[in-house]
Amino acid sequence: MLRRMHVIHLSPLDNIVVLTRSVQAGDAIDLDGRPVFMQQPLGLGHKLALRRIAASEKILKYGVPIGSATRDIEPGEHVHLHNMQSDYLPTYTLDETRLFTGAR
Amino acid sequence: MSLIRTDAFLRSDGRKGIRNTVVVVYLVECAHHVAREIQLPFRETDVHLIGFGGCYPNNYSFRMLEALCTHPNVGAALLVSLGCEGFNRRGLLQAIRDSGRPAETLVIQETGGTRSTIERGREWVRAAKLQLESTPRGPLAAHELVVGTVCGGSDGTSGITANPGIGRAFDRLVAEGAVCIFEETGELIGCEQIMAARAATPELSKILLGAVAKAARYYSVLGHGSFAPGNADGGLTTQEEKSMGAYSKSGSANISGLIKPGDVPRAGGLYLLDVVPDGDVRFGFPNINDNAEIAELIACGSHVTLFSTGRGSVVGSAISPVIKVCANPETYRNLRDDMDIDAGRILEGRGTLDEVGAEIHRLTLAVAAGEKTASEALGHQEFVLGYKSFEPIGPACHPSYA
Repeated sequence: MLRRMHVIHLSPLDNIVVLTRSVQAGDAIDLDGRPVFMQQPLGLGHKLALRRIAASEKILKYGVPIGSATRDIEPGEHVHLHNMQSDYLPTYTLDETRLFTGAR
Repeated sequence: MSLIRTDAFLRSDGRKGIRNTVVVVYLVECAHHVAREIQLPFRETDVHLIGFGGCYPNNYSFRMLEALCTHPNVGAALLVSLGCEGFNRRGLLQAIRDSGRPAETLVIQETGGTRSTIERGREWVRAAKLQLESTPRGPLAAHELVVGTVCGGSDGTSGITANPGIGRAFDRLVAEGAVCIFEETGELIGCEQIMAARAATPELSKILLGAVAKAARYYSVLGHGSFAPGNADGGLTTQEEKSMGAYSKSGSANISGLIKPGDVPRAGGLYLLDVVPDGDVRFGFPNINDNAEIAELIACGSHVTLFSTGRGSVVGSAISPVIKVCANPETYRNLRDDMDIDAGRILEGRGTLDEVGAEIHRLTLAVAAGEKTASEALGHQEFVLGYKSFEPIGPACHPSYA
């Protein structure tokens, strides 16, 4: 479990990291030694792509698949309902069109 | 043997209570108001309100109320019936009396209505409380404890801080010989294989896989899993992601058995509580909210429930205290009075998983020794019970009894 400034990489197998604090648009995040600038505010607990993830590739967290990419995802991009989905059950949300960012 | 206290409440079945509560129990929604009025003046003095709202009988709800009214934390029970509902009130009263507890039924239709039933009920509670002062007391050791765990209002921090912290506390408790229970097979969808590998026997492994497959079928019919919109706000995207986080509450011990609501494990170890009904999909969602799950953990004997929350649940429970383990440091600052443990401090470099696990373990024993949790001090006594149907478990579900 490697701790960086704003993110935590839970397993060496993971292609995502998890934010350990809320971030604002414009904040720089250290991603494997490369700075990535946040495009939007995001709440802690949200996921960012650690590297490029191709459409239909598995998203790995805790070293295990938690779903599949629904389109290509760039490094540092927010990984959530808009670009990945469950391999088991659809996810229910109150508003399908809303972007879930966790920003308060 | 590690002694927790010398003055636990001794019950006739050999179990021991960490609280000595009087429960006032409505047997149909029509008796709810009267029961609540009976309980109200005593609500800060260990008198709790529980009940079942349905008018039509159901084996599960009977079994649940029987298990709850004879729970070691309960000293006496007053049943409040309207008079025409389907609940088997005679059977329940008999079961409670057979356990040696003071118990009575007031039937509103035979007691002159609302006002006089409330008066009679309050008199009975007053007398029962006096009687409970002479409850036999004795020592309680860690291996006699039953501890449940549940998560509610999960977010992207739950699976990193509070849930694995609870897992560490579970590992210690299991090593001390306690019974530890984790649950919600619907929140194990996606991690069934790694979980089944921890089963005590190959037969149990198959049973665990079957329980999760049943949950997946059940939730598929309902259209979605055990996933609330707040989970997505908190950064969780899929059921299997939520599952992996939830699964870490179970720690790393071998799994000793599978139980269903109302089954009380007879030997120490880690147990999975199967909360998803058997058979065709009936009666809607397996558990309509977190308190329905907590009530089932208590019906399986839990003295204390460890509740992991990221978004910030404030609930407690009737009968058994709830310890709130807060996964998210921002939520902890926002809802500090409602939380018992700041597990999210791990994310801010103010503690390690081992330290949080040790703190959860220490607090569990302190609460078992009588210390009040945040939700107890705030007066939380939530309770809900609905309809379900289950088949009894077979011998392969608890191989260590053999």
